[in-house]
Amino acid sequence: MANTATMQRQTSRSRVSLGEYILYGWSLLILLITLYPLYFIVIASFSDPYAVGNGQVWLWPKGFTLEGYKELLNQSKIWIGYRNTIAYTIVGTCIGLFVNLSAAYALSRKDLFGRKILTLFFIFTMFFNGGLIPTFLTIRDFGLYDTFLVMVLPFAVGVFDIIVARTFFANSIPADLWEAAQVDGCGNLRYYFGIVLPLSKAIISVLALWIAVGHWNSYFSALIYIKSPDLYPLQLVLRNILITNQMQSDMGTGEAAQIALRLANMLRYSVIIVATVPIMCVYPFVQKYFNQGVMIGAVKS
Amino acid sequence: MYGVIIAFKDYNPSLGINGSPWAGFKYFEKFFNSYQFEVTLKNTIVISLYSFATFPIPIIFALVVNQLRQNWYRRFFQTVTYMPHFISMVVLVGLMMILLSPSNGLIGNIYRLFGAEAPNLMGSASLFSSLYVWSEVWQQTGWNSIIYLAALSAVNPSLYEAAKVDGASKWQMVKMIDIPMLIPTTVTLLILRIGGLLGVGFEKVFLMQNNLNLSGSEVISTYVYKIGLLSAQYSFSSAINLFNTVINLVLLITFNQISKKYSENSIW
Repeated sequence: MANTATMQRQTSRSRVSLGEYILYGWSLLILLITLYPLYFIVIASFSDPYAVGNGQVWLWPKGFTLEGYKELLNQSKIWIGYRNTIAYTIVGTCIGLFVNLSAAYALSRKDLFGRKILTLFFIFTMFFNGGLIPTFLTIRDFGLYDTFLVMVLPFAVGVFDIIVARTFFANSIPADLWEAAQVDGCGNLRYYFGIVLPLSKAIISVLALWIAVGHWNSYFSALIYIKSPDLYPLQLVLRNILITNQMQSDMGTGEAAQIALRLANMLRYSVIIVATVPIMCVYPFVQKYFNQGVMIGAVKS
Repeated sequence: MYGVIIAFKDYNPSLGINGSPWAGFKYFEKFFNSYQFEVTLKNTIVISLYSFATFPIPIIFALVVNQLRQNWYRRFFQTVTYMPHFISMVVLVGLMMILLSPSNGLIGNIYRLFGAEAPNLMGSASLFSSLYVWSEVWQQTGWNSIIYLAALSAVNPSLYEAAKVDGASKWQMVKMIDIPMLIPTTVTLLILRIGGLLGVGFEKVFLMQNNLNLSGSEVISTYVYKIGLLSAQYSFSSAINLFNTVINLVLLITFNQISKKYSENSIW
């Protein structure tokens, strides 16, 4: 194996064709298009907002300053949002994992009564649901409107996640294992928690990443179901800062307003960094399992 | 889901869902006859089809990435192109507003470099669908290609060896080995995608929407939100929503049948 690999590398190095140049040129261009907007936000967050506004900031920060980040510390709304989002993400991911993995495992067992029908029921909800208003009324009648629970409980079931996990269980946990465990007097629950789950680290980490990213980035349920600012997740606070520009309309005129405008401008950059970096940092940790998990789940389903 | 019946009723909060009088198809007719019907349906269809047309991009992307030979570079390339996926909608739209702003954004600066006046891209109704679709391509192409790359990595290397011995060119190998390998995955994803064809996501459209681009950005889901939650016409809103969902379901079933017939790929 090692020999053929080195041989291949040598032959490929000896004839660097035109196609190869185009290929690498293309990939560098893609890298640039992907990274530059992100890089621009990073350098803009460290720059004097006037320099950014005048178009002097291209490759590195101009008029280095940390004002944007200092202003961030003064914004209690952002920190409340941060705290809420962390809570929603942790609790929501635990609930989501528990619910989806259990459902997926049950559906993967061939001896489950009515397996086909149950699976169809799940899939049906992927394409058909009551719609916004009936769902809203249901949530309200359950007394979940404007509570912590509405952010983590009602939408915990992800049918797509269940299908992927079901495929994983069906393909990588051998059915003989269950028979062997039964012979040894192992019950369903103990088998599931003690044997199946420890063997499924790959799929668990994939689902955990999906669910956590979903929670971290979602603003829709909060927009619809949350009213009190104390329960706002980070994304809703961000929306108010970045998109509806609430900060600017709150301000009056004159010199104080100029300073406030300047701060609001800087805040837009720093807040993006602070909100996005944590969730991006999660990915490398699960990357190892990721390719494996996606492959098993996706190719076969 | 049972609540769907309020689309056929005159919902009155004090009477509850079951107590409210039946309205038949009144609200459906109201929607079909309203002047918003044409606008929202047209925008929904335009954005959906436009976005649907970008479906092959991740496939092409995966085929090309699969050609990168240096392992470390390939891994680096993939990690970088996955990154935008983790950006939230709110941040993405905020990013677009910053970069595309005519007064102090990147686009504004580029225009000024050439001494031209920058247009307000985010406020343009006619450019709305393009911005919506291409920002999505920017954000999701790398991520969506994962599944195809996974399928490509399952190709048995001996196939390439055999092709090389037979004197096949790179392009021929892609055409005869890689592309056929991707077909089952592609068909499955295609059917799923068609099921959501008219379901233009609320989240991003709503964020990108402003008073200036409204005529190009009002889609069914945002209209449902405004009618339903902001002006509390529950039954009317549910009827519009149901109309949209039913169309999606019909499309999904139709295409699944077609696919079953011609390629033996089906999602159920």
